[in-house]
Order: sequence, then structure tokens, then C-alpha cells
Amino acid sequence: MPKKSFRQAINEALAMEMRRDPTVILMGEDVAGGMGAAGEDDAWGGPLGVTKGLMPEFGRDRILDTPISESAFIGAAAGAAATGLRPVAELMFVDFLGVCLDQIYNQAGKFRYMFGGKAVTPLVIRTMYGAGFRAASQHSQCLYPVFTHMPGLKVVIPSSAYEAKGLLIQAIRDDDPVIFFEHKVMYDDEEEVPDEAYTIPFGEANLTREGDDVTIVAIGRMVQFANQVADKLEGAGIGCTVVDPRTTSPLDEETIIECVEETGRLVIVDEASPRCNVATDISALVSERAFSALKAPIRMVTPPHTPVPFAAELEDLYIPSPERIEEAVRSVMGAQA
Amino acid sequence: MSEAAIQAITMPKWGLAMEEGKVSAWMAEEGAAIAGGEEILEIETTKITNVFESPVAGVLRRRVVVEGETVPVGALIGVAAGAEIPDADIEAFITDFQANFVVEASDAAAAPEAETITVAGRQLSHLRMGPEDGPPVVLVHGFGGDLNGWLFNQPVLAEDHSVYALDLPGHGRAEKNVAGLDVAGLAALLADYMEAVGIGAAHLVGHSLGGAVTLKLAIDQPARVSRLTLLSPAGLGEELNVAYVKGFAGAEGRKEIKSLLQQLFADPQLVSRDMINEVQKYKRLDGVTAALNALADAVFPGGRQGLVMRDQLATLAMPVQAIWGRDDAIVPPAHGEGLPDNVTLHWLERTGHMPHMEAAGDVNRLIAG
Repeated sequence: MPKKSFRQAINEALAMEMRRDPTVILMGEDVAGGMGAAGEDDAWGGPLGVTKGLMPEFGRDRILDTPISESAFIGAAAGAAATGLRPVAELMFVDFLGVCLDQIYNQAGKFRYMFGGKAVTPLVIRTMYGAGFRAASQHSQCLYPVFTHMPGLKVVIPSSAYEAKGLLIQAIRDDDPVIFFEHKVMYDDEEEVPDEAYTIPFGEANLTREGDDVTIVAIGRMVQFANQVADKLEGAGIGCTVVDPRTTSPLDEETIIECVEETGRLVIVDEASPRCNVATDISALVSERAFSALKAPIRMVTPPHTPVPFAAELEDLYIPSPERIEEAVRSVMGAQA
Repeated sequence: MSEAAIQAITMPKWGLAMEEGKVSAWMAEEGAAIAGGEEILEIETTKITNVFESPVAGVLRRRVVVEGETVPVGALIGVAAGAEIPDADIEAFITDFQANFVVEASDAAAAPEAETITVAGRQLSHLRMGPEDGPPVVLVHGFGGDLNGWLFNQPVLAEDHSVYALDLPGHGRAEKNVAGLDVAGLAALLADYMEAVGIGAAHLVGHSLGGAVTLKLAIDQPARVSRLTLLSPAGLGEELNVAYVKGFAGAEGRKEIKSLLQQLFADPQLVSRDMINEVQKYKRLDGVTAALNALADAVFPGGRQGLVMRDQLATLAMPVQAIWGRDDAIVPPAHGEGLPDNVTLHWLERTGHMPHMEAAGDVNRLIAG
């Protein structure tokens, strides 16, 4: 099977769905690039080249470069979705949600409910998140907990190239607004990705490792770190199950509970700020439903509660590391006695 | 004995995707005499655990890899030699092998890859291994299977055969349109495939539904079939485990798929995470569920096998053998009872519906023999 990067997987998912369904359109800042300027068409393909090549194939009518006004084009995408198109809008960095949040949570997220189920909103918002790109505090956050909190939205955080393609196709075919998170340091990560179209259902967690001693629930890029730790500790006789929830809304509560009931120990790894993040949510879930299964206190591995630092050394220290995850796993094992 | 009598036992490559294997158990002691073909190891791959039969005969002088250790394909796992060879020579052999091993590992990237091929307007996928001028063998998978299911057979048979494995429509990397295909249609397509790749007649090996397909071809176009091996074949009786077929066609969740796959083996422990993952990845492809349902309706209408060819077996002029696991829970082993005299029947104990995986060594010998 061919190896493809996370970037290629996303590009391929967009192209395949645009070929399959003429109502799928793309809009965002520089998704093609060059519009209205002296520059070359398709000069950009998005700031990191993810949508490169789509404009030449599908044309300016379906690949819409927008003004730098998130409130306008995210709102336009929500309206287009309500009237029958399947827009995929690109919110370049999720950090910009502040200027278009009303269109997302108070409009798109509520249409289905406020119109008695008569309106659907098949909108996808693709957005970059995460630290490690040396892009400073206004371009490095993990704001998926904000969207997870809001009813009416589905929140998808793929952990690899294979996952990204299947989850994005599912997102485009879904009739509800989906916020699709792409970690910006993962775009060059490669793995085997089928050429064919395929879908991965929402709300179905993936077990990327299986072991008997500790359950590690990890989100997005953190799944890779958790896998590294699980592989390392297997040699040391500590078996880890790694749970990738794939979507935080809906959340596959059953799989998480079942894994904790089997291992009796839980470490949650979340790159989002620690107050009211996905880790605290899952910790609360397990405390409520599987408390008696726990052999040790739950450990959460998160950044500190600060903006993402710009100094490279501090940024590296900020991001949850495999070393910190390993320390947490060893600590819940030590608490056994 | 000469120096050449020091022989390396190396990690085998079972299937295209295998890059490393774990020695889960040694079954032979250091110093013990081992025969070629003797089961000396259990090797766990990400896909399945299987016994490894010694490719060499002699005394097992060293277990180079300890139980629980994972090493890449081609790595030295043990050394066999005559008892009279001095230990120092064995040590030198190991040192030499390890020093040169890196070079071999880099060749692993050149492993053969399946290719797409268009046959009678349908896009199939296939893989050929072995010497081009070797006697041709064609491996045909069953319902829901694919060419990777022959991972323990194709490389072994390819030592002295030209071995073809293909994905039928709706399966593996083949197109997912199965419109108009039933057992007869698949048999005709198989003949077209053989024509397309330039095989006149071949030893056909069919598993389950693939067994019915190869049998149908042997009946319709006997000139295409020099020999026929039927593994837990469909086509010899009306009954089959229709709950499995429908369950497999509709299954989505991991647990559902796991419990279905476990029905295929006498030892359900053989179903690994990766096996489940691969089935799940296949089932997520656009069109697969529809293809499996359509195919099930066409070949198993009303939950019965639509084409029973039992009465025609006796008319076949080529050598025919059937291999059946006693614990087959999908196609009833009773269908193997009372076959005509021209069919050689081999029962495999403690084996389920996948004899080519669960008892690969026996099946390979029977196919090659």
C-alpha cells in the first residue's frame, strides 16, 4: 500500500469528495492563492500547501479564496451548508476562532435544533492547531475543548495520515457541523493510506496499543507519543493500552470505561490547556463510572496553564513529552502497592 | 561434514507486510537433533502466531534469539550444524553473519508488491512470486478474504513454483463492483485472468468460496486445471454458516469483527489485533459492504449454497484433493464425507476454516506434493 503524508491524505480526501459530490466546495484564506493579485494561480494551496492542486482541477467556482475576514466566510459557509452545499471552510489557525465563534456555535451548531430538524448543516471547518511550530502563542493553541463543550458540533482530531483521510471523508458526508483539527507539525508524517475512499465512523475509539497494566487515553498528536511510551515500556514489562478517541464529540465513553476496567489505571494525555480540557472531562467520566476499578489515582499529562511560549526552549518544555508520559505511567504503576 | 554444514536459521518473511517477528517459544533444545520440516519455533507476527518448521537438518547448536525477542526478517535466530563442528566455528559463523546482516536488511524494501490488472473490464489485483518458468499455481481466496491471506503459503510454494494470488472483485484491492457475479461468473473471470497473465493450465488452489470457484472452472474448462486443491471448499453441499456470512458482511465495530474472525480458527487466540485492524480497514472502503452483501445474495441465495457440484466431482480427470479442518465452523466438515474415489481427502485435526493459516506447513506440503 502506498505511503502518504498527513498533508497528502487530507488533500486526497478533499479531492475525492469533490469529484464524487458536486456540492462540495472549499473556502478560506489562500486555499488556492493568487486571486485578485498579480501572483500565480494556485500559488499557495493554503499556508502549508494542504489544498495545493485542487483549484486547477475544480476551478475558482468551487475553490474560493476569501478575504481575511473569518466572521464573514465562516458565516457564509454556515449559510451555504444550510441551503444545500457541503462547504469545507478553512479556519487557518484555530486561534482565530474568537472572531467567528458566533457563526459556529450560535448559528451552525443550532440550525438543526432551532428549525425542528428540518434544516441540516453539512459544514466542515478544517483548522490547524497545536504547539511545536515556533508560531507563538496566537498560532499554537489546542482549542478543541472549546468546541467539544458546545452541543451541536462534532469535533474530530485525527492522530495519523490514515486516520485523517477516513475521518475527513466521514466529516464531509456528515450532515452536521464538524470541526476538523489538523496538528501543524504532523503534515509530513507518513504512513500507509489506501488510494480508495473510506470512512471511519465518529464516536468509535481506536486502540493503537493493547496491554494489561495501564490505559493511556491520548488526543491527536499525543497518540504518537503515547505509542512510543507503550512500545518502550513493553520491554520493561509494563503493558499499556493506548486509546485514541478520534472524536471528542461524540466521545466513545464505553471503550474508555472498558479499557480502564481491564487495566485499573489511567493516564490521560492532552496538549490542551489543563483547566476544563478533554483530560479533565475523561477523568470525570472515569471517576463517575469506573471509580471502583481504579487501582491508582488518575494522572493527567498536560501543558501548564499558560499561553504557549515563543522561546523555543520553553515551548519544548510546555508540550507534554514522551518522558513525562512515561513518568506518569510509572507513577500509576508504583501506586499499586 | 564440511564447513558448509553450518547452517543459518533465519526469521522468515510471512507475507508482504511482515518486517519483523517475535520468537514466542522455542520448541527444540540446544544440542537436540532436528530434522528438516520439524517444528522448532513459534513465531509471532503482528498478524498471527505460527509454528516455524526448520528449513535445515542437523543439531541445533545455538538459539541466537531468546524467547520474547523481536528481530527483523532475515535475522539469524538459530544455528544448526553437525555435532562434531567445534564451538569456536559456530561462534565465528554467528559473528560473521551478524556483521554482514545489515546489508540483507536493506534489501527487504525490494519485496514484491501486488499490482492491479484489468481483466474482462474489471480491475483486479494480483501478485506473482517464484521462478517464472516454475509450474504455475493459482491461489483463490474465499468470501471476505484477499491475496494477503496466503502469506504463509505463497512465499513457501514460490521456492519452486510460479505462484499467482489474486483479489476477486469486491475484495482486497480489486474493484468493488460485483454486479452480475456468482460462482460461475467468478470461475469465468478466473479463466480470463489466467488468459491475461498467460497461464495455460495451472494447479488451482481455492479456499472456501474460492474452492467453489476453482471447482466450477475445473468442471467448465478442464483444460485450464492441471490439478485442483480444495481447502474447506464451498460447492459440495447446501449448508453453510450463514450467520457468519451475513455477520461479516454487516460487521463494523471492532468487537463484532473480532468475534467473527475467531469463528474461523480452531484456536481463537490466533486472531491478532492487526488481523482485526486489516479487516476493519478493508470494511471501511467505499462499496465493500454493498459488494459483500450483493455477493452473498448471489452465491448463497436464501442462506444456502446456490451451486452444489458434488455430483460432478467424479467426472474430473485431473488429480483432485480436498483439505478440511475438523473444527471448521463455516463450511460443514460433513461435506467432506463420502466424496468420490478420485478425490483425496485430508483431514486436519485442531484446525478450523483457515487450514492454510492454521496448519500452513501441512497445507503447503500437500499443495507442493
